Amino acid sequence: MTSGMAIRAFAFGVAAMGLTTFSADAGEYNFTVDRITIDAGNFTKQGVGYNNSQTPTILRFKEGEDVVINVTNNLDEDTSVHWHGLILPFDQDGVPGISYPGIKPGETFTYRFPIVQNGTYWFHSHTGFQEPDGAYGAIIIDNKDREPYRYDREYVIQLTDKHPHSGDRIMRNLKLMPDYYNRQQRTLLDLFKDAEEEGLRAALADRSDWGEMRMMPTDIEDVQGYTPLINGQYSGDPFIAEFKPKERIRLRFINSSAMAYFDVRIPGMDMTVVQADGNNVLPVKVDEFRIGVAETYDVIVRPREAGAFNILAESMGRTAMARALLTSDPSLEAPEIPELREPPLLTMGDMSLDPAMAGMHGDMKMADGEGDHSKMAMGDDEELPPGAHRMPDGTIMGGKAADPFYAGGSGLEPTAAEGGKFLSYSDLKAQKPLYPDREATREIELRLTGNMERYSWSLNGVKYEDADPIILQYGERVRFKFVNETMMTHPMHLHGMWSIIDNGSGEKDPIKHTVSVNPGTIVYMETEVDAEGQWAFHCHLSYHANSGMFRKVIVEGGPEADEASLSNPSNG
Amino acid sequence: MRCKLWLVGAFAPAFTFGVAHAAEPVSSVFYGFQAEQAEVRFNDGTEILAWDFDAIVGTDELKFVWRSEAEYDLREDEFETLENQFRIAVPISPFFDAIAGVRLETPEGNDRVDGVIGFHGLAQQWVEVDADLFISDEPSIRLEAEYEGLITQRITFTPSIEIEIPLTDDRRRNFGDFAPIIEVGARLSYDLIDRAVSPYIGVHYELATGESGRLAQAGGGKKDEFFVVAGARLMF
Repeated sequence: MTSGMAIRAFAFGVAAMGLTTFSADAGEYNFTVDRITIDAGNFTKQGVGYNNSQTPTILRFKEGEDVVINVTNNLDEDTSVHWHGLILPFDQDGVPGISYPGIKPGETFTYRFPIVQNGTYWFHSHTGFQEPDGAYGAIIIDNKDREPYRYDREYVIQLTDKHPHSGDRIMRNLKLMPDYYNRQQRTLLDLFKDAEEEGLRAALADRSDWGEMRMMPTDIEDVQGYTPLINGQYSGDPFIAEFKPKERIRLRFINSSAMAYFDVRIPGMDMTVVQADGNNVLPVKVDEFRIGVAETYDVIVRPREAGAFNILAESMGRTAMARALLTSDPSLEAPEIPELREPPLLTMGDMSLDPAMAGMHGDMKMADGEGDHSKMAMGDDEELPPGAHRMPDGTIMGGKAADPFYAGGSGLEPTAAEGGKFLSYSDLKAQKPLYPDREATREIELRLTGNMERYSWSLNGVKYEDADPIILQYGERVRFKFVNETMMTHPMHLHGMWSIIDNGSGEKDPIKHTVSVNPGTIVYMETEVDAEGQWAFHCHLSYHANSGMFRKVIVEGGPEADEASLSNPSNG
Repeated sequence: MRCKLWLVGAFAPAFTFGVAHAAEPVSSVFYGFQAEQAEVRFNDGTEILAWDFDAIVGTDELKFVWRSEAEYDLREDEFETLENQFRIAVPISPFFDAIAGVRLETPEGNDRVDGVIGFHGLAQQWVEVDADLFISDEPSIRLEAEYEGLITQRITFTPSIEIEIPLTDDRRRNFGDFAPIIEVGARLSYDLIDRAVSPYIGVHYELATGESGRLAQAGGGKKDEFFVVAGARLMF
């Protein structure tokens, strides 16, 4: 059915031989972690892959099953496998140093955990930069009941941003020269163009405003120069998804990129979003949607006639485009790949936290210390209406973005390429809430902080290595307040427990595992603390997480609390 | 604190130069080599090989920098100047590091060792600045500023200025007290391989003012000199 490698492993064989060590609902799965050569079309590189392949491995589980997964490490270094979005015992979560020590070279590690959910997820290495180097795969968990929507066939569409440089090298280059990979900076030629359009004075004033902050409005993708792949294939030799006219096709989009957000569209076809991060949502018809790093979206499309369609994923900074083909007949000519759209520019709106939003909750704190990123552009706005911003050229932008998950006057807020509806977090409503809606017992503020010029990233101005863990109590419902003081978009991922985004839908607030927080915005998410142990909580941009935007979370007081089993000696 | 101990354990294996084998997140140690100038300077009478590079190893909190600057006369086959600084850089603000270290210098006569303190960072409008005080019996202040202006995404115009202000007479360097020595340059580079190799051409002008200029002339040199330069910015 799906073209990837569905590994149904031994389950069948073992049962047939009568060696049932597991219940009928137990499956055993095996895969290897290997050093591979990855072909991105315009370059090849050494990387890491599962089952000796750059085609992502797809694991298919059934809700209610107890899985046994044997992972053999054929690398000459440690590895690990994290099951992104899966609810499981913390010692099976696969984060070295937090869940377990990792998997040594030559070792086969056996994971065992029950599958308590359904939907589209993924897995990846949580060691070093193995994930950007290629160590990722997909997980499909079949619903134990019938899905609340119909489809006739399905495909995984797994995105990555394959870079010719190794992760180690990228990190080092960013530390030495944060704009190393930014080839969309503003140049003298841009200045001439802007001067022609808006006058020399305005153009210079704008340069001066950004120069005063020592920031770049073009700083949207830190790491450019990659080739995006879909299911391991590049646009020139695209992944092909076949269909018959009038079939409903479920596309399971997974963004396994290290750094790149993608805007996804299928020209000539609308898409019905039915699931986000593995949880079904009330169907919403869109023409395009943005998929943050580590997020998943399931959409259903229904081509009424035969033909060939592009599935396009254009990066948020408009530096690259991936293409897969949806076709009724692979011999049909593939449609042209359109030009990249004009790259967006950050605005002063993206740089300043929205006072209206902050005022709503009355506890807004301004940046200090490392938060220099957001210091500017506030003072001038005092006499403006709440939420409005004065733009660099002096115009006043209305305080409200059409999409409340972007800053007022944001340059990042997307519009659909062919017109029509662009998905917003506001559109996501849980199909079946997992928890009763209740008041949060506590609020924890996490300021997303960093210093682009040093390429250091942190939470509340403190990097992982200097930070105490976040201690949560089992049974509480914590309201996390993300305050993005940086100019970058951060996909925040809490392991082990669900992230319920407050988008104003009350009990239907969507349930996710990764929450994207745009620059200059405040986003609230709530978490029912129902999983004891210790967990990772971090920005999922690889080079942000690895430079310190990361925390350990410890859940104390669970029903099976066995403090001695927690490896952290501070937990006493 | 107890947590820190645990973290030390988690990090220890990762502290071997950026090798990412251990716990998450990986090493915070990075290293690199950056040559702002590696060039030959020409004019009618002379041909000088010159470099100005930093070799860096460290973390966000503490960097060790080997900074080397030299001018080597290719016709005379001898160094006009050669100095190597071993510097420690510690952040003091989002955009600036404080510097402390030593400078080993090989001018005419005996080799010299000076202390150096100063700061290095990025001023507003993207001007990279260095301000160093060299501490010895013959102290001096050195101020440097450089701006990288993008003409296109790959062609960069880099004006730079360096002013050395002797605080006392310094005969071995031909410095007269408070008679600054000024170097002005402008280089046009093209990023040939990423940002690793960027060949450039440009101009370079040196001027020894006042007493410093007279001392230079008395020593058989010139008080000012103009060069055409060709070289490459390098970064690994």
